[in-house]
Amino acid sequence: MFRNYISKNIQRPVKFARAYASAPTSVYQGNKDANGNYTVTLIPGDGIGNEISDAVKKIYEAAKVPIKWEEVDVTPSLVNGKSTIPQYSIDSIKANTIALKGPLATPVGKGHVSLNLTLRRTFNLFANVRPCLSIPGYKTPYDDVDTVLIRENTEGEYSGIEHEVVDGVVQSIKLITFEASERVARYAFHHASTQNRKRVTAVHKANIMRLSDGMFLQACRQVAKEYPDVKYDEDLLDRACLAITTDPSPFSDRVMVMPNLYGDILSDMCAGLIGGLGLTPSGNIGKDASIFEAVHGSAPDIAGKGLANPTALLLSSIMMLRHMNLFEHADKIERAALTTIREGKTITRDLGGSSSTNEYADAIIKKL
Amino acid sequence: MLRNAASQTSRLARGYASTATTTAREPSRFGGIYNVTLIPGDGVGRELTQSVKEVFESLNAPVQWSEYDVSGETNASEPQFLEAVESIKRNKVGLKGILYTPLEANAHNSWNVAMRQSLDIYASVVHCKSLPGFPTRHADVDFAIIRENTEGEYSGLEHQSYPGVVESLKVSTVAKAERIARFAFDFAIKNGRKRVTAVHKANIMKLGDGLFLNTCRRVAKEYEGSGVTFNDMIVDNTAMQLVAKPQQFDVMVMPNLYGNIVSNIGAALVGGPGIVPGVNIGADYALFEPGCRHVGMDIMNTNKANPAAMLFSAAMMLRHLGVSNHADKIAGSVYQVVRDGKVRTADMGGNSNTTDFTHAVIKNL
Repeated sequence: MFRNYISKNIQRPVKFARAYASAPTSVYQGNKDANGNYTVTLIPGDGIGNEISDAVKKIYEAAKVPIKWEEVDVTPSLVNGKSTIPQYSIDSIKANTIALKGPLATPVGKGHVSLNLTLRRTFNLFANVRPCLSIPGYKTPYDDVDTVLIRENTEGEYSGIEHEVVDGVVQSIKLITFEASERVARYAFHHASTQNRKRVTAVHKANIMRLSDGMFLQACRQVAKEYPDVKYDEDLLDRACLAITTDPSPFSDRVMVMPNLYGDILSDMCAGLIGGLGLTPSGNIGKDASIFEAVHGSAPDIAGKGLANPTALLLSSIMMLRHMNLFEHADKIERAALTTIREGKTITRDLGGSSSTNEYADAIIKKL
Repeated sequence: MLRNAASQTSRLARGYASTATTTAREPSRFGGIYNVTLIPGDGVGRELTQSVKEVFESLNAPVQWSEYDVSGETNASEPQFLEAVESIKRNKVGLKGILYTPLEANAHNSWNVAMRQSLDIYASVVHCKSLPGFPTRHADVDFAIIRENTEGEYSGLEHQSYPGVVESLKVSTVAKAERIARFAFDFAIKNGRKRVTAVHKANIMKLGDGLFLNTCRRVAKEYEGSGVTFNDMIVDNTAMQLVAKPQQFDVMVMPNLYGNIVSNIGAALVGGPGIVPGVNIGADYALFEPGCRHVGMDIMNTNKANPAAMLFSAAMMLRHLGVSNHADKIAGSVYQVVRDGKVRTADMGGNSNTTDFTHAVIKNL
C-alpha cells in the first residue's frame, strides 16, 4: 500500500515543467554597445588574480575579441553583521549578465560566508559546468580525456539542512526538487545540443536513494523527450567512477549531468585525470547571470612575482566566449594556447617550463 | 523513546571501546570442516562462485558450502534471502556474489544493503593493490579502504514532503563513527600500515561529516603511541589525488557513500572489479564479496568474467577461518597466473574465459 502511494505520488510533479520554455532561461542575451562590443564584468580576484587577469586581457585585445571589460572588486565587508559584496559589483554583473572571475580567498572570520556561496545565491547560479580536456604536451597517466560534467549547484546533499536529533545522532538532509532537477537537466540538454556532444548521461544512485535520485532521473527523462536529437542514458555513480578512471575516452561523446555531491566529487576526479585544477576551467550558469571562473586557489605564495599560470582562467574565458556564441574567437584562442603548451618552449613553472606569466601570454598571442 | 535510543547509543559507544574488531563468535565447524554460507548472487556471481568451488574442491579445502540461490531481480526470492541471512547467522561466515537491485520505485530495497544492516557487518574492507606482472596506468598502488557499511546515505529514509520535493536522510552517529574509526586503526596496526586518512566533506556537511571527522580525530588521539599517524582529506580532493597520485594513500576510512565512490576509483586504478577483493565484517559475522560490488549483468552467462576478485575474497575468507596454508596457495596461484600473463580474461586484455582462468589457477596450486 505505502509503496504504491509513493510511486503514484512521484509521478505527479509533471506540472512544474510547464513554466519553462524549451530553451533554458540562462541563455546569453547580451547586446553589443555602440562600438560593437559586449560588456563583460571582470573580477580579477585575490593573490595571483591580477596577473592572470592581465594575461587574459592582453590575449583578448590581441585576438580582437569584441569585449569591453568592466572591472569590479568583490572584497566583502561586514554590514550589520552580514557578509556582503559591494553593490556596484552586483549591479554590474546583473546588468551584463556575464562575468569572468579569478580566484578568491574567503576571509577567515566570524560572519563571512564563502564568497562563492554569496555569488551563487545572488545570481541563482544553478548549474556548474566542468569540462576537462587533456592538454597535449602535459603528460599525465591519462592522455585521452575529454569530459564535460554538469553539476546541480543549489540543493542536494549541500542543502545545509542538518540537525542533531539527540546527542550523538545527526541527520543531514539531501534535498532534491523536481524544479531544480528539471532546470539543470534542461541546461545539460541545451549544452549538449549546442556544443556538439549529442548524448546526455545522468549519473545517479537511484538503486539506493530511490525517491530522491529517482526524482532527479524522472526530471532528466522528461526533458530528454524534448530533445529528440540528443541521446539520453543513465549510469550508476559507482559504474561511472569505475569507467572514467579505467578509460575516460568513451566519455568524449557526451555531457554528464548529476546531483550536487556526485558532481563535486566527479568533477575534481576528472580534473585529476588531466593534471589538476590549474588546467581546469569552470562555468556557473544562472538564471540572472553566468560566471566563469578559475577554480584553483589564489596562491598567495607566488602572488606578484609574475610566475602564475593563467591557463585555467583563459580556458574559463573560452567557455564564456562559447556561452556568448563567439565560437570563432574561442576556437582561435584555444588553438593558440594549446599549441603553446604542446610545444613546451614557453610555459610556466607549474607545467615544467621556466617562463613568466607575460612570456607565456606573449607566446600565445604570437600564435593567434 | 528518543531518550532511550540515545542512552542506548552511548552505551553502544562504550561497548566498542576495546573489542571493536575481533569476531567474537567462533565459526561453526564440525569434524574439522567449516560450514560456510554461499550466495552466488546475480549477474556473473554464479560463474565466479563456480570457479571458487572448483578451486576449493581440487585443493580439498575444509569447507562445506550451504548454498542459497537468491536473486534480487524480483521480489520472489525473498524467502531464500531470509534463509540465507539465517544461515550466515548460524555459520558466522559467508561468501557472496552481488545481488541485483531493481531501480523501480516500488521494488524491494537493496538486499546487499539489507544484509549488511541486519547482520551489522559494519566495516567494509577493500584492498586495492597493483598486481605484479599486470601494469596499469598507475604503478605501486597499495591501499585499504575501510568503509562504514550500515548508516549514512544508505539509511533508506526518504520521503516526499510536497509534490516535487524529496528529502533523503543521511544519518551519522557517534557510535558508528567511533567503531569504524577504531576498526581502521586496529586494521592499520595489525597489517603494519603507517597512516589512517579520514575522508569527509565536513566543510559543507558541518554537523554530519563534522561528527565523523571529530570522532576520528578523538580516536586518533588514543592511538597516538601506536606508530599509526592520522590525517584527513576532503572527498573531492581525495578523488582528484587518487587518480593523480594514488601512492600517497595507506589506510582510508570514510562514511558509506564516499566508500562507494572511492572503492570504485581504487579498483579502476589497479585493473577493475574483477581483481579487487573485499569483506564486510562485524562483531559476529564476516561476509566476503568482491570489493567493488558490481553485479555484471552485461556479461552474465558469457563465461567472460574475471574470477580473480572472487578467488582473492575466498582466500581472505580461508585466512579468516584460520586455514592460512590453503589461503596462501590460492592467492599465490592467482598471482602466478596473472604474472605469467598467458591466461587472461577480457578485462585484463586477454582472450581466455572464466573456465580457462580457473583451470590455470588449479594447475598452479
